[in-house]
Amino acid sequence: MSDRDLITRLLGTPGEDTGCEGALARLAEYVESELAGSETADLIPAVAEHLRNCPACAEDYRGLVALVRERDGG
Amino acid sequence: MGPESTISLPQELDAESRAWVDGLRATGTEHARALERLHDLLLRAAHAESRRRSHLYPQIRGTELDDLCRQAADDALLAVTAKLNGYRGASRFTTWAYAFAIFEISVKLRRHAWRRGRIPTADDDATWDRLAESAGTAQTKAESAELLSALRRAIAEELTPRQRQVFVAVALNDAEIDVVAGQLQSTRGAVYKVLHDARTKLRGRLEREGHLQQERKR
Repeated sequence: MSDRDLITRLLGTPGEDTGCEGALARLAEYVESELAGSETADLIPAVAEHLRNCPACAEDYRGLVALVRERDGG
Repeated sequence: MGPESTISLPQELDAESRAWVDGLRATGTEHARALERLHDLLLRAAHAESRRRSHLYPQIRGTELDDLCRQAADDALLAVTAKLNGYRGASRFTTWAYAFAIFEISVKLRRHAWRRGRIPTADDDATWDRLAESAGTAQTKAESAELLSALRRAIAEELTPRQRQVFVAVALNDAEIDVVAGQLQSTRGAVYKVLHDARTKLRGRLEREGHLQQERKR
């Protein structure tokens, strides 16, 4: 692991971060935009930043992607 | 419900989402039916998510799992109805509601799996030695050791006791944030805020000391 990876693992990344409540509030919009092919990191960068730094919310994000795909038959 | 919440929804809201919102804002039987349908939707979402995570918690199954899913659906129903005025139609209603069911079942599964565990508190030489072992290449081992040493000092000197407790558990020992939140009788969001503030302080200290200059250049 490089020093950079180690610092990211321990200290996260320093950008603007919605926090967990902010991410949850916009997660649906984020996932639908992403599945529609939009660049979500550009659309909602603070949610993308949060998902990089919070493994719990990142796992919820993966769950929502799976559920929406299942619902939409994708 | 007041007319202001209806006005806030965009015209282009799809028919299905509009029907959900109208039903939940209705009164009497229509409202009760909408709540029942929503609970069914949230329960199915909680079960689907628990199946997706079943490899992580193979010991949780049968009626125990059904109970957790039902509790998750109950709590998600409360969250969705409480936050309904915050739904702006930026996504389909069901996608928005699913997110609450997933959040609730994820917290419940993690806490249930760890209910007899303890928050890891190891901040000793062995923990830091393991980190040092995983850090850097053969050429950069000395720099990595210096960085970790500076970080360890910063943790001791910059953080409040609560920030240190959360940082050591989550960042240093990979404890799950929902588990830590449960044991501290807090929430994921509140514990994440403590972690985020701790990380900001530590990053600031390391930057002031010149340890993150290389990272910034990249």
